[in-house]
Order: sequence, then structure tokens, then C-alpha cells
Amino acid sequence: MARALLAGDASVFEPFVDHFRAKIFRYTWLMCGQREDAEEVSQETMLKAFQKFDQLETPEQVRPWIFRIARNECLMKRRKSRFAPETELSLDEFLPAFRHEGETRKLEIADWSALPDQNFLQGELKDELTRAIQQLPDTYRAVVLLRDVEDLSTDATAEILGLTSDVVKTRLHRGRLALRKTLDTYLRLHRSQI
Amino acid sequence: MSPQDTAHCREVFAVLSEYLDVELPPQACEQMRRHIEGCAPCVEFVESLKKSVALCRQYEPETMPRPLSDAARRELLSAWQKTLGK
Repeated sequence: MARALLAGDASVFEPFVDHFRAKIFRYTWLMCGQREDAEEVSQETMLKAFQKFDQLETPEQVRPWIFRIARNECLMKRRKSRFAPETELSLDEFLPAFRHEGETRKLEIADWSALPDQNFLQGELKDELTRAIQQLPDTYRAVVLLRDVEDLSTDATAEILGLTSDVVKTRLHRGRLALRKTLDTYLRLHRSQI
Repeated sequence: MSPQDTAHCREVFAVLSEYLDVELPPQACEQMRRHIEGCAPCVEFVESLKKSVALCRQYEPETMPRPLSDAARRELLSAWQKTLGK
């Protein structure tokens, strides 16, 4: 679609706007936490993207290019609204404990096998995941959203956030472990409802 | 069972995302695979992390953007046309 838009093809304008506006809204809603902020950031992002669309050198890279604009808009919005101190997540706090039953070692975690392999994100579990994502410290949330929700590569995520790939990998792992632990606690408490 | 087993599991847990994302060097990846295959707690933990990541990949929020107003759509269209000199 980006290539067609660069060539002036108006037929892809509407689908392009709808597709990216929804994606940017999802990212900014989970980053900013407020619908009004997310609506505003989505519109500002799309507007800035179109205002410099001729600077998009590689149409195939339109997704990271737009997300980089969204990330900057999000930062501006957050600077205006509140100051949140950075929090570091320690690996140790998310690693599971072992218990010993005779000669057998077992993990103190929920029975995740009860979850089906596909299409299992609904109801309270989805609400719990939303809360868990929103509670992640900003620096980890941004990485998890781009890598696991938007399915962008490590390199693209690093470029969008202005980080090295190694930092992205570290933050992704800790963010994932934090989400896993929150969901694990939920699954243990609500095993009968899964 | 030995304290070394648990220590080895913790080493695995520490880089598990890179293993799942196939971003480890091949030799390290192979070593991890061999350990995980023979370690029930690691198998269990890997599955839980995989499912947790899969949940994120399926994620669509309940909250969606409101339909774009005609004025906002015109603003975007105008910016695109102006940039391309149409």
C-alpha cells in the first residue's frame, strides 16, 4: 500500500489510513492509557506521516517508519501529561521457584497446559493481559508492544525506540517474564474457569 | 537431581526469549535444546512462556478508535496530496 500511495494511487488511501490508525491507536492506548490521548496521538501520527510521506525511502519499511513517528508523538504527549520515573525489572523477581517432591523437582507455576493452543484470549484472561501490559514500566511496555503485539523484528524495534538490539532483547525478555508471572498468578487463582 | 540442575535451569530461563526467537548462536541454541529436552521443569516453563507470548500475539484491545471524522479525514488527505504535489 505504501508504494501505491507514493505513486499517487488514491484507491489505497482509505485502507491505508484505517489500517495504520487502528495499529497506532492500539500502541498509543496501551502506552498512554487514555483513549483521548490515543485518539489524538493517532491523528497527529498519521498527519505527520503524510506531511513527510515523500521522505519514506523504503516503502517496505513503512510500519517501523510510522511507529517511530508514533513513538515520538507518544513521548511528547506523556511529557505534557505526567512524569513517570523509570523502573528497572530484575530478572530474579520473575524466575519461578522450585519445590522438591522426593527425587523430583517441580516448578511452582500454574498448569498452562489447560489453555488451548489457539484462540484462547478472551473474557477475564484478556482483561488480565490488558492490565498486565499497562502495568509494565514504560521502557519494557514499549518493547513488548512492538515485538510481541505488533510482531516487529528486534532490529526494527531497536530503530524505532533508539536502542541497541541487545537492550531490546533484554527488555523484551524481562517484560515477557513479568507478563508471564502476572498471567500465571491469574491462572492459579482461576484454574476452574479456563 | 542436584543443585547444578537448578542452576542450569536458571541459566536457561535467563535467555529463554532469545532461544524462542532463534536469536542465539547455533551452538548455544543446541545446548539449550538438549538441556530443555531432558528437563521437565524447563519444558513446563518454556511452554508457559510460549503461551504467554502467543496471548500477546492474539491481542486486540476492546477499546478501538472512534470512526474518523470527515474533517480529520480531509486533513489527512490534504496533507498527502500536498506532499506528493497533487
